[in-house]
Formats: sequence, C-alpha cells, structure tokens
Amino acid sequence: MNITIILITLVLLAASSYYVGLKKSISIQKSDKLHSAPIYHGSLLAIYSLIVSLLFILIWHLFENYLYPEFSLSRNLIFFLSLLVFLITALSVFLKIEKNFRAREKVENIIEIFLLICSTVAILITIGILLSVIFEATRFFSMVPITDFLFGTHWSPQIPIREDQVGSSGAFGAIPLFTGTFLIAFIAMIIAGPIGLMSAIYMSEYATKKTRDIIKPLTEILAGIPTVVYGFFAVIVVAPFIRSSGEYFGLNIASESALAAGLVMGIMIIPFVSSISDDVINAVPQNLKDGSLGVGATKSETILKVIIPAALPGIIGGLLLAISRAIGETMIVVMAAGMSANLTANPLEAVTTVTVQILVLLVGDQEFDSPKTLAAFALGLVLFFMTLILNYVALNIVRKYREQYE
Amino acid sequence: MFDNEELIKETKSQALNSETVGDIHVDDPRIIAKNINVFYGDKPAINNASIDIGKNEVLAMIGPSGCGKSTFLRCLNRMNDTIDTCRVEGELFLDNENILDKKTDVVSLRAKVGMVFQKPNPFPKSIYDNVAYGPKIHGMAKNKIELDEIVFKSLDKAGLFEEVKDRLDAPGTSISGGQQQRLCIARTIAVSPEVILMDEPCSALDPIATAKIEELIYDLKKNFTIVIVTHAMQQAARVSQRTAYFHLGNLVEVGPTSKIFTTPQHKLTESYITGRFG
Repeated sequence: MNITIILITLVLLAASSYYVGLKKSISIQKSDKLHSAPIYHGSLLAIYSLIVSLLFILIWHLFENYLYPEFSLSRNLIFFLSLLVFLITALSVFLKIEKNFRAREKVENIIEIFLLICSTVAILITIGILLSVIFEATRFFSMVPITDFLFGTHWSPQIPIREDQVGSSGAFGAIPLFTGTFLIAFIAMIIAGPIGLMSAIYMSEYATKKTRDIIKPLTEILAGIPTVVYGFFAVIVVAPFIRSSGEYFGLNIASESALAAGLVMGIMIIPFVSSISDDVINAVPQNLKDGSLGVGATKSETILKVIIPAALPGIIGGLLLAISRAIGETMIVVMAAGMSANLTANPLEAVTTVTVQILVLLVGDQEFDSPKTLAAFALGLVLFFMTLILNYVALNIVRKYREQYE
Repeated sequence: MFDNEELIKETKSQALNSETVGDIHVDDPRIIAKNINVFYGDKPAINNASIDIGKNEVLAMIGPSGCGKSTFLRCLNRMNDTIDTCRVEGELFLDNENILDKKTDVVSLRAKVGMVFQKPNPFPKSIYDNVAYGPKIHGMAKNKIELDEIVFKSLDKAGLFEEVKDRLDAPGTSISGGQQQRLCIARTIAVSPEVILMDEPCSALDPIATAKIEELIYDLKKNFTIVIVTHAMQQAARVSQRTAYFHLGNLVEVGPTSKIFTTPQHKLTESYITGRFG
C-alpha cells in the first residue's frame, strides 16, 4: 500500500469527521448555548484525529526500523491500524462534544504548539548541521592534530599514494586558507563599504524622487546576477585589465589574483550595503535633520555628524551581513583567484579561500575516511565558528549603540 | 451654539484677498516681510502677507490648523527649502538683506535665525555635544575653554545648567521632555542667533514644563527677537507683545497682544479667540 494513498485517505477521513463534529455541535446549539462555536468542534475532531494517527504511523516506523526490526509488519496492516487509531480517536472526541466542551481553547492550544514547532525547526536543523559537522571534524582531528590544522602554514591536502610520489605531502595547515579568505573579503569590503554607503547617502539625501526611482532598482539588479556570471566578468574583464595595467607599471601579475576576485566580489555586495544603509538612513527622523539644518549646518555636516551616527547600528549590521556574504562566496574565487594556497598578504598573487577548498576536497569520487575529505568538515566547522563570533560581535555593537541613543 | 459650517463659509469669502487689519509696522524692525506668497506645488499656502517684526519683541502667530502660520515661520530661516515642492515669493529683509534672494547664504542665515521645533529633537549625542554642535560647525570657539564657556552659558540661559551640570556626558535623549526642549533652545542659543523661531515649542510638554519654557521665553526676549507659533491662545497672551492672526493663508490681523485678545477688529479674529472655530 502506497504511503500517498494512506495520507489521502486520512485527510478525507479528517474532512468528513470535521463535518460530523460540526453537525453534532450545531444540533446541540439548537437547544443549548455552546461554549465554543461549532466550527471549533469540527476542527478539533479533524485535526486531533489526524495528528494522532500520523504520529502513530511515524512512531511505528521509527520503532520498526531502529528498535525492533523483527516486529516488522506489512504496509497494509499499518494502514489498517492507522485507520483504526484515527477512528478510535475521532470517536472519543466525538463523544466528548457537549455544550460545555471547551473545543475553542483546545484548538488554540494545538495552533500554538504547531507555531512553536515551526519556529524551532530552524534552530533544530542548525543544531543538527552543527552536530554532523562536529562529528566528522572530530574524526579528522583524530588523524591530524588540531594544532597542526589551526596553526600550520602549509596547505597541501593530497595524500601520497606511493611512498616516493612528488609534491604530495599531505599537509593540513589552514592558515593560508583563512588569510586568503580574509584578504579577499577585505578587498571586497574596501570596494563595497564606501561605494555602498555613499550611494545610499546620495539616494536618501540628495537624489530627487525620480532619480531614486531609477537608480535604486538598477542597483538591486546587481544582487540578482548569478555569482557564476560575476566569475566570468572577473576572468574575462577584470583580471586581464589588472594584468595589463600591472604590466604598464612594470609589475608581473598572475592572471588569477586576489585583487580580481576581491574587486568583483565587492561589486557583487554593493547592493547589500547600499540597500540596508538606505533603509536605515531613511529611518532617521526628519526632525533630527531639521534640528541640525536649523542651527546652520550644511547638508554634508548634517549627514556626517547627525544622520550617520544615528544610523550607525543599522549601517554596521549591513556591513557585517555583507562581510559574511563575502566570506561564504565561492564561485567568483574559484574562477578568479585560483586554488593555490599561498600564505601572502599581496593582493596581486593567487590565493584560495576556505569555501573553495571545501569545494575542491569534496568534488568527485571521494572516500569518507581519508583525512583529505574529512578536512572539509574541519574547515566548515572553523568557518561556522568564525561567522558565529562575527555575528555575536555585530549584535553587541548594535545593542551598545541602541542603549546609548534610545 | 453657533452654526460652524455657515460661519466658515461666510468667513472664507471675507478672508480671501482681504487686507490685513491693524498695524503691521513697528518702529525698529529687525525683520520686514513684504508681500510673501508661498505655494506647495500649485496650491497657495500663504497669500500676500506683509509684517514687520521688531527687535526685542515676542511675536505670537496664532490661527486654526493649516492656516499657514508654520509655513510663514519656516520662511524666516528658509527651512522651506528642504521641501521640494515649496515655492516662496516676495521680499523678506533681515537687517536690510533680502533673505529670499537666491544668493543668500542659507547656512549663515540659519545661524542668525535659529529654530526650535514642535517635538524636542536632541541629537543622539551627549548633552554637552548637543549644545557644542553649532559652535563647532561655525568655528566659534578657538579652544576647549572657549567652547566650554559657550556651552555653559547657553545651558545657563536656557535655564538648564543647574539641572544637568553633573551629567553633561549623559545622552541628550536621557533627560525629560521639558528638559530636552530647553536643551534644544540652548543648542539654538549657542550659535548666538539674532532671531529665534519657535514652532509650537510646548505642544509636546506637560503644564509644568510649559510654564518653564514660557518663563524662559520671557527672559530670552531681552537678547533675542522671538517669533512663536502656538495653538494655545493663553500662551500667546502670556508670552507675546504682538500677535498675528492667520486664517486660510491670509494674515488677517496684527496688533498688540492685549488689543487682539480684548478688542479684536476683524470678525474672524474675534470668532477665533472666542473659540468659535479652530
């Protein structure tokens, strides 16, 4: 028996039990005053029976698969049992329906519990992801010492197959990956921070409504371009441009460089910064602006000394969101910055980032017990904690300013 | 009870294009407004208003909501420039300079003509920095000692110094509404304006805070020209020497406060101050 058929049958049963409950309460209503409206009696009958029977199927499934496989029953039998559970529950609720039955309160409770479950789903899934990553990362750290991973400066995850193989030492020092990540994110923020903030200031304070209506949607289109397309742009336009202008100044620049990736990534996150900053600057009350203009401050003085300080928490929030976006970005870096793990602060060299290496480690056929593959999970774990700390710091900054100004 | 709708209909026809009643001139004017017309888009908001504002006097502007009194006030320091659709015509002289001229430096004008707003609007900065804001921008103090002096003097003139002297570093938003409004007055005084415009400065305050502000206005009159827009007629009667009554964009009547409130000449003024509409 197909599970879809079971579900459809149960839903049909629920619909008819709704009708039955409705009928019974309406007939009571004719002679007596009901505590709850008939619609609640019907709903309770349907929802409650449906939940109980679904829970029965779920629990039986877990019981059968994980605890006592020897008790395995046929699908048909389970179907039959779940229908039985439904009918018994429905009957017991049906018998309780009378004028003082508090169906409304019970329905409200069910809704509340349902909403609670929905709101905790995200948290539970995050915990699940974290646990699975931690589990794999621990396996990695049992093969490679954690200090080698965190403080090693050499990254070369290929494990030699033969003893005498050249160039594959199996070193797992993650420092070059993190410096690469931060280098590129830093370059991106140097581009996106000022340009985004200033375009937000122009749009909210200087632009006429007409200009704003044109510029704002166009800027937001930038956010909708797929990152692969940005990658093309970096490889085909930006990297050759940097290379040729480097030659002009007598510099020899590789065609893959942190600068190219960072520049393009910066362009990509401009809309994040500008759109959030624009919103928070617009939220600064007009009377603060008037107050500043009223003592003879110019527009730019007002922006610099009153509007930006007042909007700062929101602006910082926008910047940090952009940074975490930059740290997590993979595609542009793969295409424009290369995959060689150089420990360097020189933006003209090729570097690689944490996310790119995770990608490289897991692409293709991989066995899940070699340190090479498991290293991806360790990298993911560290990245997770870094963004966690970043968010924590950001929230604290925001809260501090709120306390001061409100 | 008077039939309101009929009265308004009747007064509308009277008000349109009527000449201002009473004496619009004073002996030693600081501001002379001549034939001021203001439009929001195509909609006229003020219709041909002319009035002198004397030195060391408090001029109260009263009238029903939407009569143009706040709009007129905002002409005096060109705050209407911040509204895109607003257009001002006419001549407005401050110390013999036409401030409506395009060449007028709005920034120095607003330093000369300060403004206090309806809702207290201290900046999200410390009490000290709120007052120091204007002087710093205009480079009025050469060093910290001079700046301190300006700040303390302004707070003192605004009657706030004693209350906040121990917590000048506290945020300007942390004090009570009445104190905030006096802080805003101190902020305005700090740039040594000649004229202070007040746009319903007490409408967000309780009676005690209002009384303090009114006392302050009385003291400030010695050094500044004050123009105050108010909805409270008793307040106009208490603080001002002259009163101007606006109605539907027309400056209907101007005269000494005592006269306006006891023997108004125009029928509209009389109806308003006796509470028939507003």
